[in-house]
Amino acid sequence: MSATPLLELRGIDKSFGPVQVLRDVAFAAHPGEVTALVGDNGAGKSTLVKCISGIYPADSGEFLFDGRPVTINSPRDASALGIEVVYQDLALCDNLDIVQNMFLGREKRSGIVLDEPTMEQMAAETLAGLSVRTVKSLRQHVSSLSGGQRQTVAIAKAVLWNSRLVILDEPTAALGVAQTAQVLELVRRLADNGLAVVLISHNMNDVFAVSDRIAALYLGQMVAQVKTTDITHSQVVELITAGRSGNLGLVAEPALSTTGSGAESADTNPGAVR
Amino acid sequence: MTTTVVKKEGPAAVAPAPTVGSHVRNYVSRVRGGDIGALPAVLGLIVLCTVFSIMRPSFLSAGNFANLFTQGAATTLIAMGLVFVLLLGEIDLSAGFASGVCAAILANVVTVLGYPWYVAVLAAIATGVLIGTILGVLVAKVGIPSFVVTLAGFLAFQGIVLMLMKSGTNISVRDDTLVAIANRNLSPALGWLLAGLAIAGYAAVQLLRHRNRVARGLLTDPIAVVAARIGILAVLLGLAVALLNQERSRNVLVTSLKGVPIVVPIIAVLLVIWTFVLQRTSYGRHIYAVGGNKEAARRAGINVDKIRISVFVICSAMAAVGGIVAASRANSVDPNTGGSNVLLYAVGAAVIGGTSLFGGKGRVLDAVLGGAVVAVIDNGMGLMGYSSGVKYVVTGLVLLLAASVDALSRRRSAATGAR
Repeated sequence: MSATPLLELRGIDKSFGPVQVLRDVAFAAHPGEVTALVGDNGAGKSTLVKCISGIYPADSGEFLFDGRPVTINSPRDASALGIEVVYQDLALCDNLDIVQNMFLGREKRSGIVLDEPTMEQMAAETLAGLSVRTVKSLRQHVSSLSGGQRQTVAIAKAVLWNSRLVILDEPTAALGVAQTAQVLELVRRLADNGLAVVLISHNMNDVFAVSDRIAALYLGQMVAQVKTTDITHSQVVELITAGRSGNLGLVAEPALSTTGSGAESADTNPGAVR
Repeated sequence: MTTTVVKKEGPAAVAPAPTVGSHVRNYVSRVRGGDIGALPAVLGLIVLCTVFSIMRPSFLSAGNFANLFTQGAATTLIAMGLVFVLLLGEIDLSAGFASGVCAAILANVVTVLGYPWYVAVLAAIATGVLIGTILGVLVAKVGIPSFVVTLAGFLAFQGIVLMLMKSGTNISVRDDTLVAIANRNLSPALGWLLAGLAIAGYAAVQLLRHRNRVARGLLTDPIAVVAARIGILAVLLGLAVALLNQERSRNVLVTSLKGVPIVVPIIAVLLVIWTFVLQRTSYGRHIYAVGGNKEAARRAGINVDKIRISVFVICSAMAAVGGIVAASRANSVDPNTGGSNVLLYAVGAAVIGGTSLFGGKGRVLDAVLGGAVVAVIDNGMGLMGYSSGVKYVVTGLVLLLAASVDALSRRRSAATGAR
């Protein structure tokens, strides 16, 4: 695919006091692709996302955006670059309608008066651009929406600001089957529209359904970043649980070397780190 | 190209252009879903007025109608400020005595120190702003629950009023302008002029918005509904002004008493200003957002602490305005100004009008409608000769009723998903 990733991280370290949460992490997100970020609980997914979105500054390491080195020290820096995060708990206000939520904190104004018609038009265009047809009225309160529709609004809110990298934190965690399909379709469409998408998920079916690449974190280390087509379901599970699978992942300790296994992944792209 | 996309994919394609019928059906389904707004207050007002005017025909007299406004004015003004605090799900129990402190400052500045009325009014409102800032900082920055902070304020301000009154005596307010606020009327012609301006202004705003939205191809309320809204306002204002412009002096030869009480346009102007702030500015939007989901508001880059402090400032400043009106009506300030039932009537007014105690839902208009309900109960039961004891019990029951309506409609909207 595209040669230069939109966002590339090299050698990211992050510690909280004595606990090192991220160790020399490398990560890349390409425009037009969905990169799935997988890992067990406590592997460092959320911390990595918070480093990218500027909530926690990384202790060391390089950030390249569009090939240029950048520094991200605050959420403001991240949104200035066009990085938007859709959080698991959605962060929508139930008592506001769809348009009000999408523009929350960044309302369009003419003078001191809110410019409602412009906001409503922009919201309609954004939703239309994402082919969202499920909401009845843009002026209905978010409390009246289903889980999938709320997720859609949260994603559309992130897309509205000409963002270039959208990070989705478990967008399907609380959704039913049909709604999950709806949201995954939307995730795919974001990438097809040219955005770089990072999808955090625990659900292997979701990961294989939409992602182009899979990045696996194991105890704070990036053990593999490979194309989805080059890896199997069970290999990803092994990477998540053991940190390695065949010739992927952490270098096997000599005593445990397992030369014979992993034959099925004969032609794995050597995207593995270490 | 974009317009075709919007037409094809946007809401316009899903929901057909609304008609009067669908507008009414939407409203009915919203009410059923628990979004009842000010409906209970309006219905309650109609029922109460009907009952009282049957039991005591004098209730409907022009004189009593004018009394209703001046009696309810201070409570309503304090309630308007309380709406802001309630919108965040907080409470200000000190608003009553805050109005007392501000009234005491007013009386001291104008009567004891002898400054002109506008200096006294500014001093009173500045006192309100100061009180609100202190309360707001304690709640937002120190993190004490607003219930406790304002309960402490309730006690302390009561003491401050006593100290400002030099222990027990009252201070009279004899300044002509200040006395006029709650005791004099506009000339009938001026009353009609202001009513006409209000209707014309409302119509202009509504019609311009309608035209703008139609021009941009956005969903709009049908023009008939817009016209009906303007018509209802015109009829109500017209009736009220006509009634208030009737002669209500018992002896015309001694003194003529007619016209709209001066507090009415004061309340109306503040109602318009605060409604504008809440509905049409991003500051108002942020108040609703913080009241709905504080964490979401914080992540959206809203300075939550600033919003929380600011609502206490608005509340106490409005309490100051209420205190000024109360001082004007009584022609004096005594140690009990802003005490006894003032605060509870004001909270009751906001809640009866439809402002939720849980935050995130409410309008400034609620305070006015609820204030009218409280004033009608107080006034009507007084006319029927009931004691204060009975009045308090009934008002308490009505507040309880309003709070249960709030809680039940909230449960219902949680069940149906609409709010």
